[in-house]
Amino acid sequence: MTALVLLDAEDGAIPQTSRSAIAAAARLGDVDVLVTGGPETIEAAAASAAKIPGIRKVRTVSGEDFAHALAEPLAALLVALAPEYDHIVAAATAIGKNALPRAAALLDVQVIPDVMEIRDAETFVRPIFAGNALVTLRSSDAKKLLTIRTASFDPVPAEGGTAPIETVTPPACRSKSHFVSAEHSSTERPQLEAARIIVSGGRGLQSAEGFKILEPLADKLGAAIGASRVAVDSGFVPNDYQVGQTGKIVAPDLYIACGISGAIQHLAGMKDSKVIVAINKDEEAPIFQVADYGLVGDLFQIVPALTEALG
Amino acid sequence: MKILVPIKRVIDYNVKVRVRRDGGGVETAGVKMSMNPFDEIAVEEALRLREKGIASDIVVVSIGVPQAADTLRTALAMGADRAILVQSEESPEPLAVAKILKILVERENPDLVILGKQAIDDDMNATGQMLAGLLDWPQATFASRVEKTGDGLTVSREVDGGSETLSLTLPAIVTADLRLNEPRYASLPNIMKAKKKPLETLSAADLGIDLTRRLTTLSIAEPPTRKAGIKVGSVAELVEKLRNEAKVI
Ligand SMILES: Cc1cc2nc3c(=O)[nH]c(=O)nc-3n(C[C@H](O)[C@H](O)[C@H](O)COP(=O)(O)OP(=O)(O)OC[C@H]3O[C@@H](n4cnc5c(N)ncnc54)[C@H](O)[C@@H]3O)c2cc1C
Repeated sequence: MTALVLLDAEDGAIPQTSRSAIAAAARLGDVDVLVTGGPETIEAAAASAAKIPGIRKVRTVSGEDFAHALAEPLAALLVALAPEYDHIVAAATAIGKNALPRAAALLDVQVIPDVMEIRDAETFVRPIFAGNALVTLRSSDAKKLLTIRTASFDPVPAEGGTAPIETVTPPACRSKSHFVSAEHSSTERPQLEAARIIVSGGRGLQSAEGFKILEPLADKLGAAIGASRVAVDSGFVPNDYQVGQTGKIVAPDLYIACGISGAIQHLAGMKDSKVIVAINKDEEAPIFQVADYGLVGDLFQIVPALTEALG
Repeated sequence: MKILVPIKRVIDYNVKVRVRRDGGGVETAGVKMSMNPFDEIAVEEALRLREKGIASDIVVVSIGVPQAADTLRTALAMGADRAILVQSEESPEPLAVAKILKILVERENPDLVILGKQAIDDDMNATGQMLAGLLDWPQATFASRVEKTGDGLTVSREVDGGSETLSLTLPAIVTADLRLNEPRYASLPNIMKAKKKPLETLSAADLGIDLTRRLTTLSIAEPPTRKAGIKVGSVAELVEKLRNEAKVI
């Protein structure tokens, strides 16, 4: 069997999420990867992809249409390549979640989102009800399209391979959607999905100003910063910080939840973390039911003290 | 402009869902059901477009069990004009839902379909994208802002690194994310008025769509539960535990 993995190519680099998707696809058989992008970044991205070990070949498509990963051209491309593959796979990132279902509909296939375990070529486990249940399901479709819950698969290494690179001519696609602009929140910190440690804040931080108290702690730990929905909705931090059912799904070695109550929807995004620390002034807060170490008290005293204690 | 808003009846987001002992599904007996929260946001966005004078007619549609009529009444009470219930024994998969919606789109001719980005029961996050594919319409998923500009729409979307803005020609598909708006509550007079608004009932079988599931459920299980942890008494104790017991710092 052969799988095609659609990679998220960011400015010429292949993110860890895509390498987790490759790790998942490798359980299904041979793996080709598909790298798409604008003319300026495609060569660097293809070269990065070729270094990933265990890949049969890298297929690249470049063009203005592909510079911003719009769903229409990506789905048309996947449909054109589909006859060569048994499985089409992508990380369950904004790009994968946007493009794969569209391609699946065009192929008359029911997409299988957020796969967290692969039992065999047609049997998969995925979470439902914000992760409160896990369903094992078998697909009867001739071809399978999956997005991968990246926190559930250790990524393959970034280096060590020398896969051949092949250029693909995309099918004609007259896109009816066009890219206008992007507002990317810039950060020097590790990406949430790739971070070993995450310091996360909720309503308890009170304001954007208050939220900054987490920064020295994150700096000390080399951690990424996450947030609850309320912290994002209240404008303390940008939307891409959100962890949860409808935000990012993370599983770091250490997750420190500060002023987060532990709603089901938040837990859905972080309860697979190896070690969870909760700092909350309410000893009844549900977050303590999943925390390995809980500290009851005022985070405005505890967080600076913790930062200090880390030396 | 006419807007179609598909909505789903799901277990209320406040309910802690439990897997049935026989592993055949989740406990639904006596459990509160509500409109999928993302669909409420989709309905609200349609209403706001009407209030801005951009939309005229708002049709809501639900595909599912007869009780989904209650969910449609809620959307009518929020302000939608008309409802269609496509009855089926259970909730079909997104692909089948998209096929049914395609038929309704061809019949109703909306300029815009706004859906919730995902249903909080099966968490599939697929129906809008699939419908867009079947119709060959442009799509803007995970929308946080929708504006009418010229002949088309300008939509901001929440993506992994922040947000991005797309322009789309109409007709188009938009799927709503959490921060698109805050849905209104239906007032009592509007709930009364909604009872008189038209609600048409069709059956999925009559539409000629094959509802056979492509994904067969083999089992449903509880996720592994975390072992209960401990409360530490001080920052010093926390640091000690993280260093020497958990060994994560
Ligand atoms: C469809 C849907 C999807 C959702 N998706 C998500 C999602 O992806 N992610 C997400 O996070 N939420 C999501 N939510 C929202 C979720 O239900 C909760 O509302 C949210 O997680 C609560 O955020 P919070 O814990 O920051 O706020 P709260 O629940 O208000 O908790 C704040 C906590 O801070 C504590 N606190 C306050 N002050 C202090 C202090 N000085 N020191 C210490 N502790 C303090 C309080 O005791 C309290 O426990 C979703 C909801 C819906 C309906």
